[in-house]
Amino acid sequence: MVLAVFCVLSLLAISSGVLVFVVDSMARATFCLLVSFLAVAAMVLMTGLAYLGVVIILMMIIEMVIMAVFMVMFMMNPAGLMPMSMFHNTRGAAVISGLVFTGLAAGILVVDWPQRRGVPAPDPTVALGEALMGGHMLTMMTLGVTLFATIVATVVLSTGRGRYDRLGDDLDAERADDPAGGGVGR
Amino acid sequence: MSATTLLLPALMIAAVWFLAALDGALAGRAAGRPVGPAAAAVEPVRATVRLLVGQRRSTLAADGLLRWAGIVSLIVAAVLAAAVVPLGERPLVDLSVGVVWFNAMEVVAWAAVWLVGWGPNGALSLVGGYRFVAQGLSYELPHMFAIITAALAAGSLRITDIVDAQAGLWFVVLMPAAFVAYLLSAAAMAFWGPFDAPVARDTAGGAGSELAGVDRLLFAGGRRLLLVAAAAMAVPLFLGGGHGPWLPAWAWVLLKTAAVLVVLVWLRHRLPTIRMDRWAEISWIVLVPLTIVQALVVALVVLARGGM
Repeated sequence: MVLAVFCVLSLLAISSGVLVFVVDSMARATFCLLVSFLAVAAMVLMTGLAYLGVVIILMMIIEMVIMAVFMVMFMMNPAGLMPMSMFHNTRGAAVISGLVFTGLAAGILVVDWPQRRGVPAPDPTVALGEALMGGHMLTMMTLGVTLFATIVATVVLSTGRGRYDRLGDDLDAERADDPAGGGVGR
Repeated sequence: MSATTLLLPALMIAAVWFLAALDGALAGRAAGRPVGPAAAAVEPVRATVRLLVGQRRSTLAADGLLRWAGIVSLIVAAVLAAAVVPLGERPLVDLSVGVVWFNAMEVVAWAAVWLVGWGPNGALSLVGGYRFVAQGLSYELPHMFAIITAALAAGSLRITDIVDAQAGLWFVVLMPAAFVAYLLSAAAMAFWGPFDAPVARDTAGGAGSELAGVDRLLFAGGRRLLLVAAAAMAVPLFLGGGHGPWLPAWAWVLLKTAAVLVVLVWLRHRLPTIRMDRWAEISWIVLVPLTIVQALVVALVVLARGGM
């Protein structure tokens, strides 16, 4: 039963992953990718990691909807009205992916897998939190702040308007000059 | 098991009917044509039958598959989200990560509304779909902070543990700002009340503008099912779940859910539709810091009580 569910999910993940490159509409490609991710999330759930699996579902849905906006905005042929191809450098890609697949598959068969020692944690979510936050709190804090700083820096670098555009050269304008009004009335 | 499994959708449909009847009654009163309780109760049934026999609309070069996926996923997600709400002592499924599950199911609405807006190949419905994504980006963070504050106070992501933690004090007293943020986000996730810009009249119905017949029925029904699920979740998270004097737990859950629904319907008729640009700024400038501070206060209370 478990094996059957696993097979169905992995086939779904792979086939919808392939469909991403087959369909010619950006909207369909995005949501094919989402189906693929959701199938993987269900497999994570099958391993008993409830928190991780559900968080993957949550994050992937949000991420793919935002991705749909950007894919439709930046890719050619957003609605599938003109023929387009998602393939680039097909020959090189075929060689690389063939080599990677062979290497990984060989790894599965060749590696001497260790025997299990110990038992699964009673609550995998707590164990995960301990593993991430227990001994590595400083690392995680630094990582979090670095990621946040990267996001802020990216937004600052990519925005076309800064505070001088909003509030004048001396930053003393009564009201900010914004193209779209906000709700707080700044 | 199977009886309870069927009970949940039946209860949700009953709640949707109650919601639609109340909404119709208030709309009639606001329009100066007050309707009696009996007429208000019959009206949703009549509207349902009318949509069932109505013709479906097909548009040129529509992506029917994506539109169908959007409509169906809205309904399925609403029922799955409600599956972790305790209908009395126990929910249908008592997940150890119930809060996160609810959150994951409720963000399906993002994909669903965008797909419904995209599918018909219509400009106005597309505008509605994009409006909902902007709305989602605005309501989601305060929403997440609000529900995680309830989990923080209980020290568990399991909904029944959160209800048990409110035996003495309801969380609405401990974290009023989180409750208000949750209530607003409940309306926003179902594009209801002041947050109905994705289906507003200025875009001829927005995301739902090209839907007719059974498609429109399912989309409107799924939206109301999601609102019911969100209102029902406010009860275990903030309003003490089944705790209350005299009545059994299930009766309290029903009463409190109905009360939350009444508040949401009343707000819809009291407040005008809020524009996305305004709501985005209010949400990010006011609600996000507010809910973070709320979470901090609750964390300090938990520490002072010797929890964690």
